[in-house]
Amino acid sequence: MSMAAEERSARAPWALTAPALMLFVGVLLIPLAMTVMLSFHDWGQYKGIEPVFILKNWHEIATDPYYAEMFWRTFRIAILTTLLTALLGAPEAYILNRMSGRWKSFFLLVILGPLLISVVARTLGWALLFGGNNGLVNKLLMSLGVMRSPIPFMFTETGMVVALAHVMMPFMVLSVWAALQRLDPQIENAAMSLGAGPVTIIRRIIMPQIMPGVLSGAIIVFSLSASAFATPAIIGGRRLKVAATLAYDEFLNTLNWPLGAAVATLLLIALVLIVVGSNALIERRYAEVFR
Amino acid sequence: MAYLELDRVAKQFGAQTVVDDFSLSVGKGEFISFLGPSGCGKTTTLQMIAGFLDPSRGAIRLEGKDLTAIHPAKRGLGIVFQSYALFPHMTAAENVAFGLEMRSVPRNERAERVRAALTMVGLAGFEDRHPRRMSGGQQQRVALARALVIKPSVLLLDEPLSNLDAKLREEMQIELRQIQRTIGTTTILVTHDQNEAMSLSDRIVVMSQGKIEQIGTPQETYEKPASAFVSQFLGKTNDFAGTIDRTVAPTQLVAGSWRAPAPAGVSGPVIVSIRPERIGFGDAGLGAKIVTRIFQGNHWLFQCDSECGPAIVIRQNDGQPQPAEGEAVHLTWRPEDMSVRARAGA
Repeated sequence: MSMAAEERSARAPWALTAPALMLFVGVLLIPLAMTVMLSFHDWGQYKGIEPVFILKNWHEIATDPYYAEMFWRTFRIAILTTLLTALLGAPEAYILNRMSGRWKSFFLLVILGPLLISVVARTLGWALLFGGNNGLVNKLLMSLGVMRSPIPFMFTETGMVVALAHVMMPFMVLSVWAALQRLDPQIENAAMSLGAGPVTIIRRIIMPQIMPGVLSGAIIVFSLSASAFATPAIIGGRRLKVAATLAYDEFLNTLNWPLGAAVATLLLIALVLIVVGSNALIERRYAEVFR
Repeated sequence: MAYLELDRVAKQFGAQTVVDDFSLSVGKGEFISFLGPSGCGKTTTLQMIAGFLDPSRGAIRLEGKDLTAIHPAKRGLGIVFQSYALFPHMTAAENVAFGLEMRSVPRNERAERVRAALTMVGLAGFEDRHPRRMSGGQQQRVALARALVIKPSVLLLDEPLSNLDAKLREEMQIELRQIQRTIGTTTILVTHDQNEAMSLSDRIVVMSQGKIEQIGTPQETYEKPASAFVSQFLGKTNDFAGTIDRTVAPTQLVAGSWRAPAPAGVSGPVIVSIRPERIGFGDAGLGAKIVTRIFQGNHWLFQCDSECGPAIVIRQNDGQPQPAEGEAVHLTWRPEDMSVRARAGA
């Protein structure tokens, strides 16, 4: 190959990815860098944003227990949501995978259906069912005399976890589903012929093989739940804030953009660290299954 | 007495009969092959023995006991799957040990038997390998060790060699036969490869469209095919249309200008089947012209255009001069080498 041709072929990949790369830089990297820079700016009630470099916002987040509480709540909700989707989603995917053709496609649609509906509409649906004294389920249970006061749902962490788990379920089911597709269709028969009962087959043969799927689903669900906005905003409102709603409030209500930027940046860093860290752990632990 | 017995077993899926009227007695220590094209019901039959499918009719008995009443996990059969179905998250040793664990074999004995099984299949030293880091042949051996370590009453092999390349397949065939002879486990092999069936089995069950066409030793099925299907499926064969000539005494069988005394019990239009390696070139016989001549090392393959349609002739490369392409020849064979059956629809 001549030098010119070699040079051209070396340049080609860059030239071909340039449009996507420019979009990525323009709409993601630059705003992100600006947000990070913004978190170091000063802000005052009367002077607005001052483009100086100070650590005031970061100091405030690090020292004020209010923010610590907010972040702990965020991650607690995200972890509980992840556990709930894993506990319900993995068996769901397994059962779905064992169904015969027509039922399989029907129930897959039922599971994926919620993805086609706005998160806001879905969350409001939960609010209609369980919201205060007028919630349908609460009304029913109280009129039947099962309980005297309504199940607390609105403005509770339980409510947020339940609503988030519903929103996130398709991601977990799809992820486990993908892992199940990689299973040898004869593997259960093989285990059975060696004398394994149904429980042993699931525990010793199926579970270890779909674990990577459960864990990658967990990473998706966790990061989406920790950064979710709509569901916590509707269920939790102002009374029960999480990191995303906190950043939103700082930006749009207090108008303290630098502090909001610091909260958003911290959430991003924490999520990236958790996701990258657990991903590395999973890949090392399940190297043999992934190969 | 029959060790494993299938008595008029049938399997239906909806209106479709996949296996019909399948009866077979397998002696202890015997190596049986189910041979047939895909969709002939051989795998379905194997799965019914394994217990993954229930027969629609008929009985399967092992040492006189009804096998269909026993849960597949309790049948104690060793199965090697076409895809091997190894547990990818376990090492070779863990895979082999799984069946022993399920039988609560004590740890020490377990380790000893796993080691012995892996050594038997030539995988000593591969204990800690994971299946995905092994070659197809090695995975196959792990699957075999896993099935044999539980000392199964019957070993079921579902096209175990079909994913290996030709050379490895031949090696594994020899090895499989040796292992089976050594330990004497009754074995049933499902295959669509006639060479595999012939080189491994004591008896072959030739199947077509859910029915048994013939049960016999490899030699019987090859030399004395019970039906047109068997003779076509097992190796190459030439079918010539012939007639019985009753105008002469004794009556003669005529195919083109080839004639011989008619065998007893046939009349009218017939089909004459002869294996290509049993045909020779002579001074008189079925007139033919050599179309192509292919040299294949130890033998010559001739494609001829005969009076009775296309014909294949195989001659051993014994150093004698062979006819050239385009040459007119006469095809001849000994009457005892042919099989004659009535020609339908003529």
